[in-house]
Parts: sequence; structure tokens; C-alpha cells
Amino acid sequence: MQEETVLSMRGICKEFPGVKALQNVDFTLRRGEIHALMGENGAGKSTLIKVLTGVYTKDAGHIQMEGTEGEANIRSPQDAQNIGISTVYQEITLCPNLTVAENMFIGREAGLLTHRKEYEKKAEQLLKNLNIPARARQELSSCSLAVQQMVAIARAVDMNCKVLILDEPTSSLDEKEVQMLFSLMRDLRSRGVGIIFVTHFLEQVYEVCDRITVLRNGELVGEYIIQDLPQVQLVAKMMGKELDETIEIDASGKKNTPTGETVYEAENLSSSEAKPFNFKISRGEVNGFTGLLGSGRSESVRAIFGADRVTGGKVRMNGKQVRISRPIDAMKNGIGYLPEDRKRDGIIADLSVRDNIILALQVMKGFFHPMSRSEMEKFADEYIHTLNIKTASKDTPVGSLSGGNQQKVILARWLLTHPEYLILDEPTRGIDIGTKLEIQRLVLKLAEENVSVTFISSEIEEMLRTCSRLIVMRDRKIVGELTGDELSQTNIMKTIAGGEKQ
Amino acid sequence: MRKAGKASWKTGGIGQLMIPLIAVGLLILFNLIRDPSFFSIHTTPGNSGGIVLTGNLISIINGASELAVLAMGMTLVTAACGGQDISVGAAAAIAGSVFVRVLKTPDVITGGTMILAFASCCVVAMLFGAFNGTLVAVFRIQPMIATLILYTCGRSIAYWINGGATPTVSSPIINAIGSYIPGVPIPTPIFIVLAVGILLALVFRFTNLRLYTQSVGINQGAAKLNGINSTMIKLLSFIILGLCVATAGCIGVSRLSLINHETLLLDVEMDAILAVAIGGNSLGGGKFRISGSILGAYIIQMLTITLYAMKVPSTNVKAYKAIVIILLVVMGSPVVKKKIADFWKHLRGSHPASVGKEAA
Amino acid sequence: MKKLLSLVLALALCLGVMAIAHADDLIKVGIVNNPPSESGYRAANVADFEKVFSTENGYEAKTYYSIKNDEQLAAAQSFITDGVDYLLISAAETTGWDVVLTNAAEAGIGVFLFDRMIDVDEALYAAAVVSDMRQEGETAVAWLEGLGLEEYNIIHIQGAMGSDAQIGRSNPLTEKCEANDNWKLVVQQTATWDEAEAKKITESVINSGEKFNVIYAENDGMAKGAVAALDENNIAHGVGKDVVVMGFDCNKWALRELLAGNWNYDGQCSPFQAQVISDIIKSGEAPAQKIIISVEKGFDATTITEQDVLDYGLGEE
Repeated sequence: MQEETVLSMRGICKEFPGVKALQNVDFTLRRGEIHALMGENGAGKSTLIKVLTGVYTKDAGHIQMEGTEGEANIRSPQDAQNIGISTVYQEITLCPNLTVAENMFIGREAGLLTHRKEYEKKAEQLLKNLNIPARARQELSSCSLAVQQMVAIARAVDMNCKVLILDEPTSSLDEKEVQMLFSLMRDLRSRGVGIIFVTHFLEQVYEVCDRITVLRNGELVGEYIIQDLPQVQLVAKMMGKELDETIEIDASGKKNTPTGETVYEAENLSSSEAKPFNFKISRGEVNGFTGLLGSGRSESVRAIFGADRVTGGKVRMNGKQVRISRPIDAMKNGIGYLPEDRKRDGIIADLSVRDNIILALQVMKGFFHPMSRSEMEKFADEYIHTLNIKTASKDTPVGSLSGGNQQKVILARWLLTHPEYLILDEPTRGIDIGTKLEIQRLVLKLAEENVSVTFISSEIEEMLRTCSRLIVMRDRKIVGELTGDELSQTNIMKTIAGGEKQ
Repeated sequence: MRKAGKASWKTGGIGQLMIPLIAVGLLILFNLIRDPSFFSIHTTPGNSGGIVLTGNLISIINGASELAVLAMGMTLVTAACGGQDISVGAAAAIAGSVFVRVLKTPDVITGGTMILAFASCCVVAMLFGAFNGTLVAVFRIQPMIATLILYTCGRSIAYWINGGATPTVSSPIINAIGSYIPGVPIPTPIFIVLAVGILLALVFRFTNLRLYTQSVGINQGAAKLNGINSTMIKLLSFIILGLCVATAGCIGVSRLSLINHETLLLDVEMDAILAVAIGGNSLGGGKFRISGSILGAYIIQMLTITLYAMKVPSTNVKAYKAIVIILLVVMGSPVVKKKIADFWKHLRGSHPASVGKEAA
Repeated sequence: MKKLLSLVLALALCLGVMAIAHADDLIKVGIVNNPPSESGYRAANVADFEKVFSTENGYEAKTYYSIKNDEQLAAAQSFITDGVDYLLISAAETTGWDVVLTNAAEAGIGVFLFDRMIDVDEALYAAAVVSDMRQEGETAVAWLEGLGLEEYNIIHIQGAMGSDAQIGRSNPLTEKCEANDNWKLVVQQTATWDEAEAKKITESVINSGEKFNVIYAENDGMAKGAVAALDENNIAHGVGKDVVVMGFDCNKWALRELLAGNWNYDGQCSPFQAQVISDIIKSGEAPAQKIIISVEKGFDATTITEQDVLDYGLGEE
């Protein structure tokens, strides 16, 4: 491998109102290497890419490109392309109703359409060179997704790119197509192109990459040569836990002792988003779903609640078979669901704190049975007090509260329905540490009151503190279930990473 | 605390009604300066016995009746769907035609015929509302595009119902609806608006329509995850608007004892949308205030009557109307609202004691 | 698309011809008109032509209705191909007809224009029977003058500004008021043919307390709207009452108001051109003048008869 640097980013900072998206991040790309950019959601991967491609302007830092004197001046995607940085996104951004050749050359040179023969010949050559199984005069939409992606790459390559950014290129491809794409990537590597590969599939990283740069919370964790970083270490880096330092949480923290009586049971449950899975939870149990982003943990609990279109499976509540195809069915069966994306799926921003608290209970009571004003006020007061929600008044629009307090409002909403089974998907994400602890304590208290809880969090420590059983998911499948003594950070990370590949 | 105060400017609170109330105030002031007797109310012996009240104020409130009723329904559709129904005028022409058609079937118009006619016209208008609603809620077509269909063909359907003519009906009952009930000094349409308003208030009181509609309008995804059937709510909003359309159509027909499908409530959809906007409601959906829209309807009517009273030349009327409306809409825009809010805050900054009061 | 249309049209015509092929002695006319749904006026116009050019009167008529000029042109051309004796046209637009009319002339087909003029050489048509909107207004104003009132305080409610009917009906009145001191326009405002607006305009005058004794509304609907305002304020109107009510169009229901003495005058832009054309065809002679202005009726409440309502009233009752 050559060690010639083609791109170097130093001390990149980017701040959005209230969020430090990138803090002093360095990134180096060498000629002829495939470099994975890794990190959990919110780590700053996409911000870094957007700074590099000129979508965002950086607040501070330097970017240098090989072949460009001094600092590279990237103010727009066009600038980036001009100095040799090309990006191929997850979604194909070509025109499906044009031919392969037209897609490769459109918008690049003036008067191209008059030299149709010429550019078709050129395209044919390029396709052949890169071993892309497509013909120049074929309509793009008649190619498979992988080939379309490869055409996009060919277009980028032909524009003399030195840096090729592939942003989640494999997420909609099947195994065979992934292999096709990888061989193209290896081919480009041998031609000296530097490739930045963004993905959340760990196995793929180890299959094709030379180096890994890990980001976490907008900061650089480190740059590693692939052989030096076992998969389980990578997971630890991404999650921010050094493996050696992991301290086993005192098991006495988990007070929940399930009675053994099954509250909810799903058999081969599947939805438009989740593959079939089996799952059950006992009364008073707190369990967790864990796995990396995209592992299917959220999709699974959404299927339980009927949030996505349920496509199959049997569901039993307290041993009785029930049909849950819509959220209202789940609610009537005593299931509550706090969604992962608070802003998008949780709060009704313009409505008052009061209305947000009583919403779910009100819907369960029915369209024709509105609660009295005094009843609403009473409930709102009660939960604002119990959960210590900081708001100017009950009439304040919930959107103007802080993230933690918004989350408490949604928690209040579901607690008010007195659920038998409560699903909390990332209830502590993006909220302050104090509120985090309050929510953890609340979960344990609920379990004592015989409520079953599913608790999902990206922070393993938090799950260890609250859950007595962990279901581990990888690539949309349940790959393990850990209970009792098996519950340790090391074990969890091993299972997430795939025990066989340490 | 400050955050909360600012938010009340955007959504709900008396802040929403500030602009329309200022507009009403300015229009009243302008007219009083121009002609102090503008708002005087006279008593005139009515043509069906008794004494009736007349005057510009009565004309304004009476004349805005159809618009006020439509604005109420339009507010709901806007809130739930984040879009507007542009077919209300055409649908009202259909409703009015059905009304007259049923009325003219028997030889003598009795109270029974009247009820039957109104009921059939409501059913028809609700069906057309359901048609629009299905396109919007089920097929997810943008409201303006979905209702464009009925907007285009509605008056032709009305033409067909009328058999190409402009039928007239004359009956004391129709007269009582369109102008005065004998012995009552106030025009009947005003009572109809009141009745519709009270009915809607009762619906809001005894169902969750307001909460559901606002939830769907603000965040459809979240509403769904809380068990609200957003499709039904959107559909319902269009059906309720259908009822409003039927009512407005019947008022319009009764005023003149005539149905002219070409002119009945012509271009009223634009005024209705305008009324919703002037009332401080977001045309993007979400929180709403029916009272704001009703106020908006009266403002538009007051403007029209003012221009007539000023004898503005025919060719200039629309230009004058446009100027005032631009002013109103700009004043109600988020940018200007924020500026005004900041200005107030700045003013109050020198009296720290009052800051807390505003937020509370 | 146009080709397909003419094909369908031709096919329909062929079928029509076969159906009445036995009647050789009938005069074949092709009528191109606007659709009856356009207005009450047009509905009456279409009905008039259907009545006059009937089999009983010795005609075999084919009709085509469209508001689109190109569709009308295609229809006229297919009538020519079909070998009609006469072509009767009320064109959607005034231009674009040269080729079709030249073809008709070459085929020896007599062309009559009705209701609307076409911008072509006079030689290309036998006669044009059209309305003069201004004459309508003048007739009405002359009638009003004939009342011999001491003062004329007029509420003038105009139609949609810029339309032919509005200009023809407005100008004579405006000019009269400018020329005479005792003719005064209390208000001159457009209600864009809308009854409800007319009512509001009248109401605003009543509310202002200004004196008026004439309502000059440019169609029946607006007159009805104005009268509704008078009724609500208990102001007497009609024959021998305080306010003179004038309307236009002569809808049947409006003429009934005249008959009952509630209104005073109704003017009409005559939709009845069929008889004039039929007379020319039957006489076999060229008319003395190519352009024939239809006689515009104006009905006075004191002289109108039940028969007038039946003969000249438009639409249903």
C-alpha cells in the first residue's frame, strides 16, 4: 500500500445551534486505500462528509487536497467535484429513464448530444474497463440497483476523481450485488483512487477496508489499520467503552424479579420493516433490545406496537390471542410505546403540555368521550409533579420545552394510560444526565409495580443497570439473548460484534 | 418563561386574534372618520309586518353569513389537512341547485318540504365533501389539486341539476330564511351563523374533534402512534365542510329566491381561505381558532361594504381590496409578528415587573 | 386528436344521413353553435334554431356545439364535405375562418353568420344576423326618458366590466347622465353579474340614506338582487311605485315580475335569429343588406302580455 496522502483534514469544527457536530476532527485519506468512516448515529460522520463535499461550510480547520496548492477552498458541491471529490449516495441520483451512457455524460460537456456515437463508445470502454455488466445504450432503469450504483461510480471515476465517497452504498443491495460492488471498489483502489466508505455493516468493513476512522459524539476516537482492530474492539470504540475498563454493574441494581407469568408473547411477528421474530416478556420484567444502529431493534418494537404495517405472526396478551395491527389495538391491549424519534413521532409540538400528556388516554377513551377540563388539569398537574417536568405552565406548547422535559411529557402520556407493557425506545437519547437517571429509576419502579418494560438504549451501561434480560440483534436478526451472569459489557459487545470474529 | 410568551404569539392565545382585532378596529375607525353615521342602525317597518333593523352594520354581519359559515368549515379542513378546499363555491352551487330542485317538486312549499330539501342538500354536499376527503385522506392528493376537480366541474353539475335554467322559488318560508322572520327585527342568516357556531362549539365540547384535528395537523406520524386514525379525521373535516357548504348554499339561494349556478357564491372559496388566514390560522395546518376565521369573514365583508359606501369606481374595487388584504396578510406573517413581538419585548424591557405577567 | 375528432364526427354524420336518407327533398343545413350550457341566452338561442330548422319546416339540420374555435372549424369543414346546402355559424372566435368559408363558397354552400360576426371578407357569407349591444342600451335609456320623471336618481349596477353586454348597456346611460342635469347616477358599481353583490350595492345606498328612484341593473339576476334589498327595507317598487326597476335578458321569471307590476322594464338581446335566416333561405333571394341587426325587444310592464312571456321569455319558469 502506498502511503501518499491524497486528502487531509485537520482540526475540523462545525457547530449547529446547540450542538457541536464536529470538534477538532482530523481525517487522512491515502492514495489507493479504502477507508471506513465509522460511528454511531450522531457521531458526526455525515457532517464530516458534508463539510468535505461543500454542503456545509466548516467553522474552523484546514482541508488539503493533493494537486491543489495550499488550502482547498470548498464552498459548494461543484467546488468539491472540480478538485476531484465525488460522492455516490445511498439513493441513486441519476435519471432512470436515460441510457447508461447518457447518465454517465449528461451535464458535463457542452454539445455532447451531437456526438452521441462518440460518447457511447467512450462509455462502453469505461464500462468494460471497470467490468461493469451494463451496455452503454441500455436504459438505466433496466439495470439492477447495484449496477446503477456502479454506473454512478463510473461517472464519478471518469470525472478524474481522486477521492470517492460512498455513503451507505450497500444498504439496499443483496449479498451478490455487494460482492460486485466490492470488486469494483478493489479495482478502483488498485488504480490509486482513495475511497471513503460509510456503512454500518461491520462485516463489510472487515471485508473490504484497509483503515478505519472512528468518530463519536463529534470527536475523533482514532484512526486504525484494520488488522490492528478486532471487530469487538471497534464496537467498543464506537460505543465509547474501552473493553479493559468495563466495570461490571452491580447486579443488585436490578430489582425486578419476573413472576414468570407471560404478559406479552409474539410468534413469528413481522412487519413491513421487521423480519419475523419471536419474543415474550413476563410481568414485571425489564428487558432490552440491543444492537448497532440499523440492526432492527427499533423496527422490532414498532412491529409489537403495530406502528408499521404488520405482515404476519401471532400475538398473545396474557395467554389470549389478540390482533394488533394498529397502534390503537396495542393501546387497548395495554401496551404503551415511547418512540425513538421524539420530535418526529413523539411530541405534538404546537399543542400544550396538558394536551400532550392526556392525548393517549383521551384517544383510548374514544372520540365521543372527551375528558372534562378539570380532569385534564388534574392529570396534567399530577404528572408534571410526579415526573418533575419543568414547564412554565400546563398551557405551554410542548415544543418549547427542553428535550428531557419533552421526553418526560411523553412518558407521562403513557404512564397515564396505566399500561401493562411499556416499550421505551431510546428514552434517554440526547437528554441530560440527571433526567437520564430519573428515567432509569422510574423504569425500575414501574417493574416493581408489575409493569413489564422493554427498554432500548444505545448506552449499554444504562441497559445493564435496568434490564434483567437483553436481546441482541445484528443485521435485522435476533442473534442472542443474555440473562443473569451473562450480562456484562464484554459479553454484549462480543455478541453484537459476532462472537466468532474476535 | 420568555420562550412561552413568544410561543403564544405563534399559536393560540389571544395573540392569534390580535391582528384581525386590530384590523376591525382600524376599519371601524376609518369609517367613523369618513362618515360618523356609517354604523347607525335604523328601524324600518318590515314588509312582512313588525319593525326590522337596518343599517350598514346589519348589512355587514348579514352579508358575511355565507362566508362565515364556509370559513368555519374551511378552518377545520385547513387544520387537519394543511391544505384548502377550493371547490366550496362550486359545491355550494350544487347544494343550492339540489335545494331548489327538491323545493320545486311539490306544488306548495310547506315546512316539511323545506326540511326535506335542506336534508337532501346536506346529504349531497356531504357526499361531495366525502369525495374530496377520500382523494385527500386516502389517496394523499394535495387538497388544492384534489378539490380542483370539483372546482372545475361543480357548476356544470349544478347546471345539469337545474336543467340549464335559473329557477326561482317564491315562498314565505324561503323569504323568512333569506331575509326576516316576521316579527323578528334581525335578518335570519345572522341566526343561522350563530346556530352553526353553537353547533360546532357543542361538537368541540362533546367530542375530541379539536384535539384530534390539531394533532393530525401538527404531527400526523405522532398522532397515528397515539391511536388516532388520521384518515378518518381528514375525511371528517371535509364532510363537516360539506355541511357548511350546504348551509351557505341554502342561505344564498334563500336571499334571492333564485338559483343561478353561474354566480351563486362565485369565488367564495378564495374569500373563505382568506378569512381563515386573516383569522391568524396557519394555512399549513395544526392549531386553529374558529373565532378568528369568523372574524376574518366579517373583516372581508366590512371591507367590501366600505368600498361600496365610498363609491369606489367599479374598475378599481379589486385593486383597493387587494391593497388592504396584502397589508393584513403581511401584518399577520410570522416575520412581522416576530418583529412586533420583539418590539413589545423591547418596550417592556424597561418595565421588568410586567415581563412575568406576560409569560403567565 | 383533431383528426380523430373529425373522424368520429364524420362517422356520426354518416349515420345521421343514413337514418333520414329517404327525405331527399329537405333543405340540408349545418349549424355550428356554442353549447347551450354557456348561458341562458345560448340555451334560448339553441332552442330557437332547433324549433325553426325542424323537419316539419322542411329542414334537415345537423348541429355541432363547442366553445372551441378549432373544434368548430373541424365541424364546419365536415359539414361542407358532407354536402350541406347551407352553413349557419355562431363562431367562438372571430378569426381563423377564411379557409373554411372559402371552401364553402367553392362548394356553392350558402353561409349565414348569426349572433357573432366573423372577421372575413363580406363576399364569403350571404348574410349576418347579429345583435347590436349598444342599441339595446339606447332602447332602454329612451324608454326611461319616455317616463318623463322630474329627476332621475339612478342606481346603476353593471355587469362584468369589459364584456360586450356591459359596455353596450352601460355607455348610453352614462352618456345620458353626463348630458342631462336631472339625470344623476347615485352609484355606478359592478356586481359582475352576481345577484348577491347587486343586493349589497343597493343595500349600501339605502343605508347611506341617499335618494334614488331608478334601478338600472344590467341583467335580470342583478335586478332581482337589488329588488331583494328594496323588499327587505320595505321600499315600494314597480309600476306606479317609488322606484323604477329595469333589468335585461328577459328571463321568463323576470317577465312575470313585469306582468305582476313589480318591475317596470326588461330589455333583451334577442337570441332569436333563426326565423330571419330561414326566411332568407326560403325566399331564395339575397337580402338587401348583408348585415342584419336583430330587432332588440324592450318590454314595458304596462303593455306586456301573457303571450309575450311565452314567446320571448328565456328559460324555465
